[in-house]
Amino acid sequence: MKMLSKKDRREAGQGYLFLLPALLVLGVFVIAPILYAVFLSFHKVELIGGATYEFRGLDNFMKVTFDDRAIIALKNTAIYVAIVVPTQTFLALVLAASLNAGLKGQKFFRIVYFLPTLTSSAVLTLIFMWMYNQNGLINYVLKFLNLPTYNWIGDPDVALIAIMIMNIWATAPFFMVIYLAALQDIPDSHYEAAELDGAGPIQKFWHITVPNLRPVTSFVVVMGLIGTFQLFDQSYIFSGGSGGPNNSTLTVVLLIYQYAFKTLGTMGYATAIAFMLAIIILVATLLQRKFSKEESLY
Amino acid sequence: MKKRTAGRKALYVILVVYAIITVIPFLWALSSSFKTLGEIVSGSINFIPKDFTLDNYKQIFTREPLFGRWLFNSLFIATIGTLLNLLFNSMAGYALARLSFSGKKSIFLMILAVLMIPFQVTLIPNFLILKELGWLNSYQGMIIPGAVNATFIFMMRQFFINFPKEVEEAAAIDGLGRFGTFFRIVLPLAKPALAAQTIFVFMAFWNDFMRPLIILSDQDMFTLPLGLNSFKGQFISFWNYIMAASMVFTLPIIVLYAFFNRYFVKGIKFTGDK
Repeated sequence: MKMLSKKDRREAGQGYLFLLPALLVLGVFVIAPILYAVFLSFHKVELIGGATYEFRGLDNFMKVTFDDRAIIALKNTAIYVAIVVPTQTFLALVLAASLNAGLKGQKFFRIVYFLPTLTSSAVLTLIFMWMYNQNGLINYVLKFLNLPTYNWIGDPDVALIAIMIMNIWATAPFFMVIYLAALQDIPDSHYEAAELDGAGPIQKFWHITVPNLRPVTSFVVVMGLIGTFQLFDQSYIFSGGSGGPNNSTLTVVLLIYQYAFKTLGTMGYATAIAFMLAIIILVATLLQRKFSKEESLY
Repeated sequence: MKKRTAGRKALYVILVVYAIITVIPFLWALSSSFKTLGEIVSGSINFIPKDFTLDNYKQIFTREPLFGRWLFNSLFIATIGTLLNLLFNSMAGYALARLSFSGKKSIFLMILAVLMIPFQVTLIPNFLILKELGWLNSYQGMIIPGAVNATFIFMMRQFFINFPKEVEEAAAIDGLGRFGTFFRIVLPLAKPALAAQTIFVFMAFWNDFMRPLIILSDQDMFTLPLGLNSFKGQFISFWNYIMAASMVFTLPIIVLYAFFNRYFVKGIKFTGDK
């Protein structure tokens, strides 16, 4: 008995030793910061020399309602999410279904489609800025097709759309791979039965592929929501950090960055906005989950 | 039968058109990186450069003397960061899967909870903590906070739970202790799981923009994404340089992908199963 408990104690010691690096890093850089963030969000923070804190209660949270830039940032982000998530999800699904049809050259297409996922956001944004140039490739193609051209980077009416196009292009293939993995699990017999009933390829797509992939779609949408709500790199590089022209590319995370690191005395406010963003993401995720569950009852 | 081939053709059209849409930005960037400034400014649309030149690739290293340094910083941070992740995540995953001790369950739940926290919430406190530690503008400030990843701890735990116990028992009979067994027997057999992790963690470090933007203000310490951004500011209309720099930045990831291609889909599949 004594022997066993000694062995147990040794195993417990080993367990904690194995976990020690992970616990230290997560403790100092994730758990402690969450508590620290709660504290910051209730204070006005000044960073002159050392940090000084002044208790402000819920002020930081209330301030959002009459901060014009916060409202613009929220609106931009909401529009961005509402357009990008459905588009990229649908595109990913169509691509995956096409790729899964057993055509030759699957591997080749898969490698090609993967290029954007491998490339960093900074590089992609620069490549697109070059293509979006006034007399760049995209306007050239538009002119060639007799379509109107735009000042993609400088015109507040289209700058956010330019970022949307770029990100749909960049993200859809990543979700395509997730769909592809799931598609391979749908039994062929489902399709064969539908064929016997005289279903064409489009009907098979809507009546077999789409319903069978519902849980994966749910996952893809949640990942999409989390990713799009956090849009930052592209907006920052596109606008040189300002969120311009005329705040048209200002996103919530870019605003958090500006308030935390570019203006003085608003670090607590920035933390409060970060909390609110976290709550919005959480609610959107839960709503999506609930919605897709109800749907699958039919 | 005829209908089928028509359907196949339609699918091919979708796939080929989308492949072209995917490749064109890269080809355009690659072609621009071999063009002279004159040709860039002229605004002519041709994919094959008129005066093919490698000069841009030389120029980015001489005109921006820090470019080599940024490349080194990025490689160093991503490599060390990835190695630490492989080690620490596996150790934690192994302990959670195979060792029994009190408090294990709550630690596991805590790690799951960590997965759900958006990083913006911890970003500002992280900055203040790093400032307090004197780790701003340092390699450790870039590496240590990201040296562990809750997603991959979880993944390694799943992997080790399904790992055959007999292997460890045999190692124990051969007189290896817990650590010997882990490092000499278990870890080498975990290669597929480690490979999937390698590419994702490396890419996350290599491509990260926001963390370095906040932590690094000293140009000497910049990583490539930041360097590229400041380079763009300096050489705003020199798109031939900017594209050459972008290509240099993209190459290592493509090489890594070529090596780990097989495990890549597995890794994504795992994220999907979660």
